[in-house]
Amino acid sequence: MSLLAAGGGDGFHAPGLEEFYPPSFLFVGTPFEINRMMLLRIAATIVLILIFWLGLRKARIVPTRFQSLIEMALDFVRRDIAYGMLGKKDGDRFFPLLAALFFGILFLNITKVIPFLNISSNANIGMPLVMALVVYVVMIGAGIKAQGGGAYIKSQLFPAGVPKPMYLLVTPIEFVSTFIARPVSLTLRLMFNMLVGHLLLVLCFAATQFFFVDMGGLMGGFGILTLLGGLFFMLFEAMVSILQAYVFALLTAAYIQLSVSQDH
Amino acid sequence: MTSMTPLAAGEQHILIPAVYDIVWSAVCFLIILIAFWKLLLPKFRKVLDDRAEAIQGGIEKAEKIQAEADTALAEYQKQLADGRAEAARLRAEAQEEGAQIIAEMKQQATEESERIIAAAKVQIEAERQAAMVSLRSDVGGLATDLASRIVGESLTDDTRSASVVDRFIADLEASAPASAGAASKEV
Repeated sequence: MSLLAAGGGDGFHAPGLEEFYPPSFLFVGTPFEINRMMLLRIAATIVLILIFWLGLRKARIVPTRFQSLIEMALDFVRRDIAYGMLGKKDGDRFFPLLAALFFGILFLNITKVIPFLNISSNANIGMPLVMALVVYVVMIGAGIKAQGGGAYIKSQLFPAGVPKPMYLLVTPIEFVSTFIARPVSLTLRLMFNMLVGHLLLVLCFAATQFFFVDMGGLMGGFGILTLLGGLFFMLFEAMVSILQAYVFALLTAAYIQLSVSQDH
Repeated sequence: MTSMTPLAAGEQHILIPAVYDIVWSAVCFLIILIAFWKLLLPKFRKVLDDRAEAIQGGIEKAEKIQAEADTALAEYQKQLADGRAEAARLRAEAQEEGAQIIAEMKQQATEESERIIAAAKVQIEAERQAAMVSLRSDVGGLATDLASRIVGESLTDDTRSASVVDRFIADLEASAPASAGAASKEV
């Protein structure tokens, strides 16, 4: 069952996909089953809202250090993602969605590199899928609202300036890339980044454990390498967590921009 | 185990979401979205607006104060210039007035001295005339008087003649304040 089971000896615990589906312990059998992943997801949601609420609850004109930090983070999303892609007017309209996506993904991702949590609930496909579907609906809705249904479909599937016969080729490609590839790529990119990152870290630390405890002696030297590798990948995965949140929000803004603009 | 695809974990295929996964994803994302939309971002926007307003207000206030200061400075400089001009004018006036006063005083003094000199001349002339008149009338009488006395005494006797002259002069001195007539009556 394990991806890497082939490499495992007796003492080597190879990371497997089962780790992402721990047994449920609450509401078992109902649609509200809770396992460790769901618990992490709920906890990260609460922490996210709590942190921003504490930062903005008593927001002052002259900010405290913590308030400044929160404002800086929000301003980054607003200026670099919302205004950068959509301009001021549309940027303000879609800022709540973009902020919710960016910080939601960031906080759910970052549990991956927090000791004792060690895994991201975004490795379960549910969250990336829900977010991608919301983006999908908003993208199409914004396009229809901005241009009208017919004009929107035409602008997406029949790009202007292409010779008529070429539509035979272009339109199916545009359809797949716009209405299928976009949500699928959003979902899978995020999910697999989280999944593989976790496997990578587990592999490094499991190997370290293996080399230190089970092999010992000279082979312990390899353990030092895998341990350093694990620490390096921990920093790397922290960066990936932020990067994936940024990419998801940025692509959302880009898709909305492509929908609302006339000339595709 | 070999029948499992690499992407399956037990009963769970990693690309097919479980129902609870979708449910909790939707719940969490909805909560996050609504929290940002209705609660957090309005606060964020409000504080940014307040800050922009405060900064704008501060700038406007500073501009107003600056303008007031500029006005006050201009006013002050104008007053200073006015004051200087006034002082210069007063000084010039005073100098002119002083010069005028000095000229007037000189003029007056000149006139006064001329008047005094003229009056003195007139008086001297009058006294001289009076003296002339008085001398003319007295000299005749005196000569006559002296001659008669000299003739009346013996002119050979020097002592006697000298005493006669002395007595005559003493008489003259005694009757000096008296008129010429009194002197002649004494004979």
